[in-house]
Amino acid sequence: MEATVAKTGTEGKTWGGGNRPLNASYGKMMMWFFIVSDALTFSGFIAAYGFSRFKFIDAWPIADEVFTHVPFLHGVPAPMYYVAFMTLVLIFSSVTMVLAVDAGHKMQKNKVIWYMFFTIIGGAIFVGSQAWEWATFIKGDYGAVETKGGKILQFLDTEGERVAIASFAEHLPSERVTHESKNGIWYDSEAETRTSYSYEEVKAGFLANENLLIRTQYLNEKGEPTVLSRKESVDKLVNDGRLVVEGANLKRNEYGHPLFADFFFFITGFHGFHVFSGVVINCIIFFNVIIGTYERRKSYEMVEKVGLYWHFVDLVWVFVFTFFYLV
Amino acid sequence: MGHEHKLEIFRGLWKFKSNVSKIWGVFFFLCAVTAVEVVLGIMKPEWATEPRFLAMKLINWIFIILTLVKAYYITWDFMHQRDETKGLRRSVVWTAIFLICYLILILLIEGDYIFDVYKENYIKFNF
Repeated sequence: MEATVAKTGTEGKTWGGGNRPLNASYGKMMMWFFIVSDALTFSGFIAAYGFSRFKFIDAWPIADEVFTHVPFLHGVPAPMYYVAFMTLVLIFSSVTMVLAVDAGHKMQKNKVIWYMFFTIIGGAIFVGSQAWEWATFIKGDYGAVETKGGKILQFLDTEGERVAIASFAEHLPSERVTHESKNGIWYDSEAETRTSYSYEEVKAGFLANENLLIRTQYLNEKGEPTVLSRKESVDKLVNDGRLVVEGANLKRNEYGHPLFADFFFFITGFHGFHVFSGVVINCIIFFNVIIGTYERRKSYEMVEKVGLYWHFVDLVWVFVFTFFYLV
Repeated sequence: MGHEHKLEIFRGLWKFKSNVSKIWGVFFFLCAVTAVEVVLGIMKPEWATEPRFLAMKLINWIFIILTLVKAYYITWDFMHQRDETKGLRRSVVWTAIFLICYLILILLIEGDYIFDVYKENYIKFNF
């Protein structure tokens, strides 16, 4: 008992945290306050995601078709395996964290150091994986056409396999002229990024290839995106098409509704920021353990408090995993 | 706190000799639950995707329930809520659960209503 009580100079000072309401020390209590409020913040985000998804329930992207990549396995569709790996890494780093807390209660400094070290490595692997996942999502894979109404058209062959626009788009000669103010066009600046093919090139390639079809983002009663017949496809592309979308950003998203990308970036980004700050805080505590701060304090309660935060990050990921990748 | 750990999970069905072995036990349980989720998510068996319950596919309910099970064991064993006083546990858990359920209920009903407005009326996809 004595070994685990923090002596921080506040003993007996009621308003300085000297008392232990609910048998929890001041610091731990405050960490729980923070965790509850942060949990409500994340719930707000995830509930907002649910709100937008229910708004467009018949046209929401299917996560299995979006996240199909695994590093070093280029072109092999492997839905979910990589996120499952990331989830396990995070759960495992939670385990090493709780083992560090346990070793801290027993005042085993070297064990705490090693377990904290593995926790930090796990967190770093997770953040790196998340960055890779973002990069893949932003880059996109097949490309799509956006309609005048802001919807997404994707391309299939007659077997129902997805076809990349790069494999059928034609190269049309086009001239790019710099806008000058003397011609009266000063307000129209160049877009930040240009797609590798223009809408006209994709259209020409599509009309030349008889075996291409279009898939809309609307889901049929089986929950699969609707595939149009060849005639409907041509009509749709020629009359409604407007521009080419490659990958995802905050305005456009080749996988479907732009809100899907917005929420993906926002929620996994906010979570990734938590993981990152968790790694930083873990590093600080890790070095404090090494230089013996808690050994002198005769209490490793700081490890327990940072551990609470780390487990909370893991807890949030469990929910993000379910609502972004599974449901 | 660290002094006394409760070493039983599943309401006493699974008892551990030390806190360390309990941690590993919970870890393997969480891995097993995640594995079930991933396998269901990849296979999408018909018996789970066909039936619907309360406006959602059965498989989604399974995912949500398994997630809550995982959240329970992370909070109770990794965050040591099992060893805290009842007052602390309840003030943390019930506050969050009540507010989150309320938020989800309103937002999902509202989202579903807007979906109907889009579908049955003349407004399409404008925000």
